[in-house]
Amino acid sequence: MRVRHLCKYFPVYGKGIVKRQIDVVKAVDDVSFDLKPGTTLGIVGESGSGKTTCARSILRAIAPTSGEVLFRAQRGVIDLATLSPRALKPLRTEMQMIFQDPFSSLNPRMTVGDIVAEPLLIHGLGNNRERRQKVAEILEKVGMKAIHMQRYPHAFSGGQRQRIGIARALVLNPSLIVADEAVSALDVSVQAQVINLLEDLQEEFNLTYIFVAHDLSVVRHICDEVAVMYQGKIVEYGAVDDIFAQPQHPYTVGLLSAIPSPDPDKVMKPILKGEVGDYERFAEMG
Amino acid sequence: MSRDDTIDRTPLADDVVLRVEDLEVTFFTEEGAVQAVRGISFDLKRGSILAIVGESGSGKSVTAFSILRLIQEPGRITGGRMTFYPKSGDAIEITALGEKDERLFDLRGGHISMIFQEPMTALSPVHSIGNQICEAILLHQDVSEKEAWGRAVEMLDKVGIPMPESRMDQYPHELSGGMRQRVVIAMALVCKPEILIADEPTTALDVTIQAQILQLIKDLQREMGTSVIFITHDLGVVAQTAEMVNVMFGGRILEKGTVRQILKDPFHPYSRGLLAAIPSMETVRDRLPTIDSIVGDYDILAPRPLLKVPDGREVALGEDELESLLAGRKGAGQ
Repeated sequence: MRVRHLCKYFPVYGKGIVKRQIDVVKAVDDVSFDLKPGTTLGIVGESGSGKTTCARSILRAIAPTSGEVLFRAQRGVIDLATLSPRALKPLRTEMQMIFQDPFSSLNPRMTVGDIVAEPLLIHGLGNNRERRQKVAEILEKVGMKAIHMQRYPHAFSGGQRQRIGIARALVLNPSLIVADEAVSALDVSVQAQVINLLEDLQEEFNLTYIFVAHDLSVVRHICDEVAVMYQGKIVEYGAVDDIFAQPQHPYTVGLLSAIPSPDPDKVMKPILKGEVGDYERFAEMG
Repeated sequence: MSRDDTIDRTPLADDVVLRVEDLEVTFFTEEGAVQAVRGISFDLKRGSILAIVGESGSGKSVTAFSILRLIQEPGRITGGRMTFYPKSGDAIEITALGEKDERLFDLRGGHISMIFQEPMTALSPVHSIGNQICEAILLHQDVSEKEAWGRAVEMLDKVGIPMPESRMDQYPHELSGGMRQRVVIAMALVCKPEILIADEPTTALDVTIQAQILQLIKDLQREMGTSVIFITHDLGVVAQTAEMVNVMFGGRILEKGTVRQILKDPFHPYSRGLLAAIPSMETVRDRLPTIDSIVGDYDILAPRPLLKVPDGREVALGEDELESLLAGRKGAGQ
């Protein structure tokens, strides 16, 4: 996958009867990166940095304003950014999303079996029996049991629900998975299990992940490359080891300095002052 | 221990501001009684920061709420007692106070304050910030409205809100999450409480803002001499703020000690698991240890009394388990 100059601007309208466009919010501004198959890219940043919007425009969950998203699909390289919605649909089987909140992302009135089978149904894949078999298979892959198919989401814990969300994303055999804060709502013990599961599945199916997160230690653990976003722009991009060992951009330095270490002898010295949206906040840092 | 026991109302020698003994909280639900807190005891030393760490459902928040007697139906404090030893005046047995007792109102927000995870739930959306802080002052202190206003402005300045005078007329929705949490802290500290209970105060914030808020709480704690109970699941936050730590699981305390003892050299398998499951910033391992993989077959839900270890900590292990653990450590040290 190759992303070039991706932009997503949201218009801002003035007050009054005739809504004139007075400004734009540059949520994603000139973002470019490459992603090799089977690797994981982390997109990190504070709230409002544009990381979620960036991930969503890559998947065409929202239409980007400009730029190109080249995706190596089964039938050749395609620019997702300009594709018509009709041409997009078959490609949806190759890219899937996992969401942050395992409580709101599963329909409470559908059984787990129906939830996981829904993508197959939408794309008209297989008959009833084949679908059931596929769902049972995928549930076992994510550490659940086939008998769980009859139950409703409320019967499961947060970690189990996240596994169901992962099963739903995997059932179409995608090659790209965008995980938007997929483990941030979970307790540390469950978080560790889900991270291990995601890594195992990546190895087994040669999955490519885009991992949107604000927790830098999780990103450090599972990503190969990191893009640090601030104010809609990528301020630093590179291999995860390089960025964490020798951050170049003052914003990355500031972000890393704010992480509280679980070692009481490593005293935190946060250097970023001011609010999340301030442009001037690292002026004094030089 | 029954409630009728006469209690010693003289202040304790070792300067304890809050003593919790065998606290039990039970929720009587339609499906039966659920014990959320199963007999925990701890002391909060005056002017110190105590962290209560645990995962969801460990009973850490329920413990915090019961200190303020804020447990709601169908929940009830079903056993134990909590005693508050104010700087001046008689000790107050929190568990014995009636629901309408004036001392209970003094306690809530006066002597003991609380800040919550989500600042929006603690603030009223339809009252200005100035109004809300002044209300807290006027409830607990005998001052004029004008004086209260002045104190509120002063407090906002103290928590690092720029242009506090003009902020007084603003409403919570006009502020960012970090600024809102600062307002909540100002509200909690304006009556100079002796104890501040902070329930996951930075969990909803960005890591850069979290760092600022933690620093603010530490600075104000030092300046005002407040004792703080910090409820959190984030061991990084614990390491950077607390002096003492209680590790909770399943409504029980499994280990308590100093922050160095618990985070550098945890004894209990659950404490070790909790620490190991956090992805490290320094070393990248192939697979994350999970709590299950570290705890193994050890039954952490089985009740065990806390045993005192020579280094001062207490840990809920069987006597022979602790003995062999200590012997192993001694052998490794030689």
